Amino acid sequence: MKLKIVCFILLLSPLMIFAQECNYDLKGRVVDFHDKTPLAEASVFISQIGRSTVTDEQGNFEFMGLCKGTYQVQASHSECQTLFLEVEISGDTFKEILLEHHRLELEEVQVIGSTLLSKTNTAQEAFLQREQLERFSGGSLGDALKSIAGVSSLNTGANIVKPAIHGLNGSRVLIFNDGVRMQDMEWGDEHAPNVDVNSANSVTVIKGAGALKYGGDAIGGVILLEQMNVPVKDSLYGSTLLTGMLNGRGGSATTELNRVFHNGYYVKGQGSFRRLGDREAPDYVLSNTGIRETGLSLQAGLKKFEWGWDVRYAFYNAEIAILRASHIGNVDDLIRSINSGEPEIIRPFTYDLQNPRQEVTHHLGKARFYKRFRGLGRWNVQYDYQNNRRFEYDVRRGERDDTPSIDLELQTHTLTSDFTLDAKENYELQFGLLGRYQDNFANPATGVRRLIPDYEKYDLGAFVTGEYRIGNSWTLEAGARYDFNRIDAQKFYRVSRWEERGYESDFADLIVEDLGTQYLTNPVFDYHNISASAGAAYSSDNGYNMRFNYALSQRAPNPSELFSDGLHHSAARIELGDLRIRKETSHKFSLTSGKTFKNWGYTVEPYANFIQDFILLEPTGVEFTLRGAFPVWGFRQTDARLLGVDLSAFLIPAEHWRTDHAFSLVKGLDTENDIPLINIPSAQFKNQITFVQPEWHDFEIALESQYVFRQNEVPENIVVFSPEQQQEVVLEINTPPEAYHLLNLSSSMSFPVGGRTALTGSLAVNNLLDNSFRDYLNRQRFFADDLGRNIVLQLKLTY
Amino acid sequence: MKTLRTILSFAIVGALFVSCSNDDDAPAPVNEEELITTMIITLSPQGGGTVVTLQSEDLDGDGPGAPEIDISGPLDASTTYTGTIQLLNKTENPAEDITLEVQAEDEEHQFFYEVTGAITDVTYTDQDGNGNPVGLSFELTTGAAGAATLQATLRHEPKKPNDGTLADAGGETDISQPFNITVQ
Repeated sequence: MKLKIVCFILLLSPLMIFAQECNYDLKGRVVDFHDKTPLAEASVFISQIGRSTVTDEQGNFEFMGLCKGTYQVQASHSECQTLFLEVEISGDTFKEILLEHHRLELEEVQVIGSTLLSKTNTAQEAFLQREQLERFSGGSLGDALKSIAGVSSLNTGANIVKPAIHGLNGSRVLIFNDGVRMQDMEWGDEHAPNVDVNSANSVTVIKGAGALKYGGDAIGGVILLEQMNVPVKDSLYGSTLLTGMLNGRGGSATTELNRVFHNGYYVKGQGSFRRLGDREAPDYVLSNTGIRETGLSLQAGLKKFEWGWDVRYAFYNAEIAILRASHIGNVDDLIRSINSGEPEIIRPFTYDLQNPRQEVTHHLGKARFYKRFRGLGRWNVQYDYQNNRRFEYDVRRGERDDTPSIDLELQTHTLTSDFTLDAKENYELQFGLLGRYQDNFANPATGVRRLIPDYEKYDLGAFVTGEYRIGNSWTLEAGARYDFNRIDAQKFYRVSRWEERGYESDFADLIVEDLGTQYLTNPVFDYHNISASAGAAYSSDNGYNMRFNYALSQRAPNPSELFSDGLHHSAARIELGDLRIRKETSHKFSLTSGKTFKNWGYTVEPYANFIQDFILLEPTGVEFTLRGAFPVWGFRQTDARLLGVDLSAFLIPAEHWRTDHAFSLVKGLDTENDIPLINIPSAQFKNQITFVQPEWHDFEIALESQYVFRQNEVPENIVVFSPEQQQEVVLEINTPPEAYHLLNLSSSMSFPVGGRTALTGSLAVNNLLDNSFRDYLNRQRFFADDLGRNIVLQLKLTY
Repeated sequence: MKTLRTILSFAIVGALFVSCSNDDDAPAPVNEEELITTMIITLSPQGGGTVVTLQSEDLDGDGPGAPEIDISGPLDASTTYTGTIQLLNKTENPAEDITLEVQAEDEEHQFFYEVTGAITDVTYTDQDGNGNPVGLSFELTTGAAGAATLQATLRHEPKKPNDGTLADAGGETDISQPFNITVQ
């Protein structure tokens, strides 16, 4: 939005036409729609008389000697949308007409090649374009995001990839799918975002809470998946992308079609399907790690100069098999898995998706309307509805394999409205409101105690942000936001758990019904959150850019942190939430400093995030059951500090050659207890060399080296009593895996097929050397190695 | 402006959803079907004598309460006992006999009895459809008087056949309970 210039063409044109005489003048002036600055060199054309003219420095133009009647006038400017209008001449006429600037039409489109983007003016940002996303067409959103410095992921195997920004994930990372904040139970470690990576045209990552428009609780950051902006001209275009991969012996197909009409109406359809069987580590099959994924989206709208609307429906369904060997009974089984170094269950390759597995379905519907007000700004209003259903199937006894152990349905209604005042050249103000209602239903038919209770949640929010430009070099930005959250849950507690947690003294009034061995309770909690952001950006003519941002953000605890209560088989642990958990508050300082020279460029992005009452989940003790001993993981709050830096650089040593280098480091510390935070990503160093020869059918080949350091800063392992060994043993649950190095090769070529149709083929080999490795942030690292070599062939047809 | 009206009506419907709270119907409690609260091992001396029961009971399942152990009395030295095992879910009324489920899926289950001290041996006396042991019934032999431990483990989906050790069998642990017993 930085240097947004919105054009208005104002035809100010007295033109006198008498009955049968042709001696009237049409005079006018072309100005910016918002701030009414004159636009020079705009062309004005009257088709009936075949005459055109160009505006002067003041935006003025004139036609002389026109007859009485109605004229079709076409006004255009190099940076503006062409406008057709009718001017009636019955005398010297003075007519005002309004046009829109291209930059506003395409306001969300980023400039390719820039490392400094403009979702915010001052926060750290990065983005992925269509071409970069397509490389991950056969993977997931999280896989694609990991190619950005500072973005990592918390994995459960290869198919459940949960993005983490600057070391933080889950509820601290907001994901927006075409303007809709995803409500897909993001509080679970083994819950990946319910979006199809193929449905987005571009993805922007805002590292931190600098963009208050999107929410005040983005302590980690914001991920924006965006659709292509529709060019308002009569057109029909589309593409089909087929991906085949050897590891998993499957692939994906995705196709989309766009139809745009000259009057501004458009429709778009997109669908994709992905199917993989068992994935393979270098030495063995990772039994039960297949996936079946379906995505579909339909969009229609009207895009006019002053107003427009759009509606969208998106469907996502994924059935994901979870490594069989990772489903375990008690702490002894876990010790055995950690010690054996190889998965306990290795079966021949299959496409079958067996238990344990999860099936998630997400429906998203939205309707949006916008209107621009002359000389003032733009108003948006949007309603969206989301329905998220999650089934998790365990290995169960007694013909219960088809009964899910977890069956949750989360429904969300959101209404948002915002107004952008952008009429003035050097400042812009935006304010908005949000209302949200959410209902979670935990089906009791599972025969397993609810891990997450039934609850209703209400959110209200209001924000105001402003930016101010000083000259051509400096931009200042500031904003504030208030959010109210209420959570109203209905939860059953075992009486023994209620007493063990010490709730009988603090929360006795929450008990609604005493059922003997359990209580039905009705916790209702309110949270008031304040967030704020301020920053400055500087860019000089010699290619130097600097951005500084401070963001204050507050996040209310999520349902898992408050209410979690049950046994997780996949981790052999009992997870316990706490009703006493308060909101957490983050102060994040970030700096971006970069310069682009003729043959090279660099960006340095240090940051510091100080979080009060940081909520974390870690082992607190052991509980005994008939099944044996289980480590208890409890949520606790502490003060934490995350310090990190992302470095990136590129070099063009010779024609056709380019190298890219990126390094990311983050250190997390519990400052109250002076111990490292759990699940902080390892330092990473990526180097890539690329050769491009456009004359050989756009031939491109790249070799990437990825070195992941060992995470040396981890909390201490815990000591548990092993009933099997009849003694206390160290459970090496926090021991990090060794460092590893992967080589990835990719190449592509394009061939014209005729007309606008083009065929692009690409071949990639991931983990070229077939190295065995385990990653610290893969929850299945206790059970099996990560993926071995994968050969990926892609064919893309654009038309 | 027709479009505007459509959009506004959408917005109003949305606002209604936002403002109208669901009726606060109390959720139904979950019937914990798979829970095993109680394990009872009954040891009957062959040739007559006092029957000994070993019981472990954890009525709150995965809750914080630890299992309560109840051993009816000491075992006799140098005696062979016929052993049976019973699993119950006492959170249901009447208590559900989980033994029947294990019996129905005997090819996917196996009990393991590890002994030390004055209990010298445990042998299986039952078989599943494939001729592999299940462990719902067994024979237990005591040696000279002294202290002994019996560790009873139920594994779901173990490797079958196996060499009789937990390490070789693998699978997931459904029950794991040691008993400290006196033999006199």
